[in-house]
Amino acid sequence: MSKKELNIFKLLSEKPWEESQKVIDDKHDGKTLTLSREKLGVRTIMVVSTVIFSLFIVSYSDRMLVHDWRSLSEPWLLWINTIILIFTSFVFHKTKILSDKSEFEKAKNYLLLVGFLTFAFITGQLLVWQHYINLGQYASTNPANAFFYLFTALHALHVLGGLFFWGRATTKLFTKNFNILKIKQAIELCAIYWHFLLIVWFILFGLMIAT
Amino acid sequence: MSDEYTDNKIEAKSADSSSGGYAPPTDHIPAKEAPDQELYHAKSFWTKWVFCQDAKVIGVQYALTATAIGMIGLILSWGMRLQLGFPETFSFLGPATYYQSVTMHGMIMVIYLLTALFLGGFGNYLIPLMVGARDMVFPYVNMVSYWMFLVAVLVLIASFFVPGGPTGAGWTLYPPQAILPGTPGSELGIVLMLVSLALFVIGFTMGGLNYVITILQARTRGMTLMRMPLSIWGIFTATVLALLAFPALFVAAIMMTLDNLLGTSFFMPEIFTMGEKLETGGGSPILFQHLFWFFGHPEVYIVALPAFGIVSDVISVHARKNIFGYRMMVWAIVIIGALSFIVWAHHMYVSGMNPWFGFFFATTTLIIAVPTAIKVYNWVLTLWRGNIHLTIPMLFSLGFIVTFVNGGITGLFLGNVIIDVPLSDTYFVVAHFHMVMGIAPLMVVFAAIYHWYPLITGRHLNQTLGKIHFWITFIGAYAIYFPMHYLGFIGVPRRYFEMYDSPYMTSGVGLNQFITIAALIVGFTQFIFLYNIFTSWYKGEKSERNPWKANSLEWHTPDFPPTHGNFGKELPVVYRWPYDFSVPGCDKEYIPQNVAPSEVPTAKVEKT
Repeated sequence: MSKKELNIFKLLSEKPWEESQKVIDDKHDGKTLTLSREKLGVRTIMVVSTVIFSLFIVSYSDRMLVHDWRSLSEPWLLWINTIILIFTSFVFHKTKILSDKSEFEKAKNYLLLVGFLTFAFITGQLLVWQHYINLGQYASTNPANAFFYLFTALHALHVLGGLFFWGRATTKLFTKNFNILKIKQAIELCAIYWHFLLIVWFILFGLMIAT
Repeated sequence: MSDEYTDNKIEAKSADSSSGGYAPPTDHIPAKEAPDQELYHAKSFWTKWVFCQDAKVIGVQYALTATAIGMIGLILSWGMRLQLGFPETFSFLGPATYYQSVTMHGMIMVIYLLTALFLGGFGNYLIPLMVGARDMVFPYVNMVSYWMFLVAVLVLIASFFVPGGPTGAGWTLYPPQAILPGTPGSELGIVLMLVSLALFVIGFTMGGLNYVITILQARTRGMTLMRMPLSIWGIFTATVLALLAFPALFVAAIMMTLDNLLGTSFFMPEIFTMGEKLETGGGSPILFQHLFWFFGHPEVYIVALPAFGIVSDVISVHARKNIFGYRMMVWAIVIIGALSFIVWAHHMYVSGMNPWFGFFFATTTLIIAVPTAIKVYNWVLTLWRGNIHLTIPMLFSLGFIVTFVNGGITGLFLGNVIIDVPLSDTYFVVAHFHMVMGIAPLMVVFAAIYHWYPLITGRHLNQTLGKIHFWITFIGAYAIYFPMHYLGFIGVPRRYFEMYDSPYMTSGVGLNQFITIAALIVGFTQFIFLYNIFTSWYKGEKSERNPWKANSLEWHTPDFPPTHGNFGKELPVVYRWPYDFSVPGCDKEYIPQNVAPSEVPTAKVEKT
């Protein structure tokens, strides 16, 4: 049995009661996928988040067609935040490569930089909010505004959730006696999640610019 | 340090094989060499029984909380029935309270009772035991999931005590009326309801993560997916549905909360009230309905699929026969799950959609009847020439089959646009959905409790009380809902607080009184059942190990009832599916899943 492939049709047509199938089944180690449970967990979370954001996007496109829709003009600060987020993802990728090579001393600094940049991103988003509020653009002013606040808030909440796990990984890395494999996995999964949030932001931001 | 090193080495093997990216494994690692799951060992009373990470305790916590809130739902239904049956005698329920009762009854029963009981309760208890795992894969997250659920329930209960009371918008919470003055609970009640739902969804996602990954990745050696008991298949598919469908409820709840609190207009159209135009406008109430039912229809199957699975196992064990067409049962569960995402608009035939839309959704709805019918045939064929033991779990399972067929057939009528439109707002629909997703899944809940109670407590429930419980519940449910179909046919509208002297009500008055009395009796019987559960816990007749002679792993733990870690020192190894009853050539009447072929050399392969 080499790397497991999940062919759902093949799997569902197995006949567990037959002698030939029995021989194969008795050797089965009980795992469906060659993935760690943590990785599968992150993937599941990403699927659920994708469904949530997709449904918001569907609502957005439906609501957009009504005549009272007034598009927002995006301030330049939002572009800077986007660049910060891209840079964060890039740094996280570097961190992951370093941790794969077990260069944890360097990885520590990079990981701190990731945290700093992410907090900078969230601060930047709050500044954008302040900018709009100063202009008198509240959530109730226009549906486009409402969606803007909703999207940014939800995205920021996802980022904060990621920061929780980033915090756990970082504190573990700074303790003396850490489990190397667990740290490697934690950094890898956090990096994946950060890339995911970057893509989500591209889609949301792109949608708001385009309409 | 040296200990840790060897530890790491073992982990390195499994981590390598699991990451897949840089070092593709050449061979799989046999389960026995993989490190055992690290379990959190409780040290104090608090971590053992309250903030517990053991899935079995969490399951019981879920079940008790769900039952407690479910009892509130039951009592609310009594209030409604008294009002409908005897409007003059029992006038304590005003129109506002009536609508609040309807709303809370619906929401509590569907989400906080049935969903939490099947997935949170039975899911937590049965998944690790049945697939041969020590615990869920993320026990801590699992614990947080329960506490989120508890907070959601408490927020829901809190809404009874805020000014204006709980929301009375109907369990579907349609805007704009749900958040406009005039609807009871439109101030704080609806906000608490939406917050509670959002919390429930977050909590459930944490639990669902555990159920799915435990089933996929933490099974014991030899337990292939197609050797799993159907209960697990049902719970698994339902959890996947829930993970994909609950986000829609979450999204809708968030947007409506904002509409209410911040004055946005996601769902609020232009509205004139008291001669003044509200500031909102342009929003689409239909959008909410789509979001709600995109969650709402899969929700029906989130409740039904675990019931299908559990009832298959109960029938098979108590009829001492393998389940007829195991593979088809699995396929049906998966197909029903997939189809449930493309039928949601059959709840919205009367909301003014494009007629072609209705055509599409009527077609998909009727297609679901095919896999569902397959399941019913297979249950019946499992019973056919089986050695049927009329135990209480079996009685409830038989009750389920009949009730489900009944509710399913009225569903075929209502799935057609042309029949649904006139019947949509009548008691016919109330009778239909109570039969198909109220009584039928509850029958399975009862069957499952009578079946697994000895496993959980080591004692049997009282049989006499059980028989009384079954017969009154079964006959009583029909006494309640059969007349309701008739009320629907003669045009009695649902959701009305009082009919006064409407002409079509003349023949309905007596029926309504009859239904109310039946509902009170059936409701009271559930308290007998609760009494039975609580007294049997320490007074019931002691159960021997594996009293029903079942094959699945949960009955074959070294300790009975199973203790922390489930399976003693070594995890069981599975050699067969859980349906080896009366295998030809074998001198044993049943062969548990963990019995090796060498122990039963004469057993022949059973054709199915």
